[in-house]
Amino acid sequence: MIPGSFEYYRPKTVVEAAKLLKKHKEARPLAGGHSLLPMMKLRMAAPTALIDLGGIAALRGIKKVGSKIVIGAMTTQHDLLASALVQKNLPILHETAILIADPQVRYVGTVGGNVANGDPGNDMPAVMMVLDATYQIAGPTAKRTVKARAFYKGSYATALKAGEIVTAIEIPTQGKHGYAYEKLKRKIGDYATAAAAVILTVRGGKIASCAVTLTNLGPTALLAEDAAKALIGTSGDEKAIDAAVAAARKIMSPANDTRGTPQYRTSVGGIYVARAIKAALARA
Amino acid sequence: MSKIHVKLKVNGQDVEGLCEPRTLLVHFIRENLQLTGTHIGCETTHCGACTVDLNGKSVKSCTMLAVQAQGGDVLTVEGMANADGTMSALQEGFKQMHGLQCGYCTPGMIVRAHRLLKENPNPSDEEIRFGIAGNLCRCTGYQNIVKSIQHAAAKLRGEEYLEAAQ
Repeated sequence: MIPGSFEYYRPKTVVEAAKLLKKHKEARPLAGGHSLLPMMKLRMAAPTALIDLGGIAALRGIKKVGSKIVIGAMTTQHDLLASALVQKNLPILHETAILIADPQVRYVGTVGGNVANGDPGNDMPAVMMVLDATYQIAGPTAKRTVKARAFYKGSYATALKAGEIVTAIEIPTQGKHGYAYEKLKRKIGDYATAAAAVILTVRGGKIASCAVTLTNLGPTALLAEDAAKALIGTSGDEKAIDAAVAAARKIMSPANDTRGTPQYRTSVGGIYVARAIKAALARA
Repeated sequence: MSKIHVKLKVNGQDVEGLCEPRTLLVHFIRENLQLTGTHIGCETTHCGACTVDLNGKSVKSCTMLAVQAQGGDVLTVEGMANADGTMSALQEGFKQMHGLQCGYCTPGMIVRAHRLLKENPNPSDEEIRFGIAGNLCRCTGYQNIVKSIQHAAAKLRGEEYLEAAQ
């Protein structure tokens, strides 16, 4: 399988890339290409131009800026796994990246592509939402930021406008916290049948703050606010976890696909929420 | 559609060719360069038969455009033998431990294992299995592939491979 024809550009700067994207109506930015190229081979995507971001050095790298970790959009999953800064400050990113695809894909697949593609099966959107990350976005003339929690509008639909690209992800460091990303998949390399991310802090034996998000259990990654509320102020006992699971199941609307029926995925989705809560509590 | 002039280093040699932007790296390698050791299996990024080493990373060459690899340093299975033409430790390992049956996945397995051992010269069996998770073999059940890679790892460390008791 070979993709259809397209024009190819490899700009050196973000501004140049944004201008090219704006100029070509059906253009797509090319990051690692491990979602886009398979889609193009299957003719599920047919961009007339590809704007390869691989030549823009400024888009790559992980650094600490004040109390935030800033990850360039072209940073690969492999780079994330190799980062001591990530391991120390945001271990949930490490835990998640190792569950994505396989070694070859992690060498090339980027964090920016994973969050910007809008695929409900991707793992990083839910993790960026649970961490309350902010996406830095650049267009041909202006820059702006959008919270991960406000970025996803539907399956493959995001807050990005024509000509805009995600350039970096800012993540607040969390202090002492418990975390977990629990993912059910049929085999190594597969997308999640269901997955849940949890970040929480415990003070005086009670859960002081908490966020819960879900992967592949709706048209976008989901923020399970009521599930988090059911846990805050409790010790994370069985009763509180049951309430959180019930609240999370209420907002799940998984697709009926080869990974299972909506009933099955909602059922295991709840189980994975419970596992993630327990794992996060054990680490808090 | 205008063609693009792609220049690469492949197995230590400078090569170049003209191709459309949509030409996949695996087709550039197999058709433009006539290096057919790199196989095309699933064409959907699952099987890893097309794995090559690009700038020190294992990549699936069916999911990369040749133009994306522009200027890159590529290693394929044809570049795996020792400089004097004898078999490398990995090739020897696959031979000694029967790490292949039909052989279709072998070029990808060997190229992937090459990078795996560069990054982790003393892997556990589990680390090998995790490290080759992007390469499918439908013949061996992987047992002998893991042993082949262990055989090579031991040789590269200057040790003798002692097969673990089953």
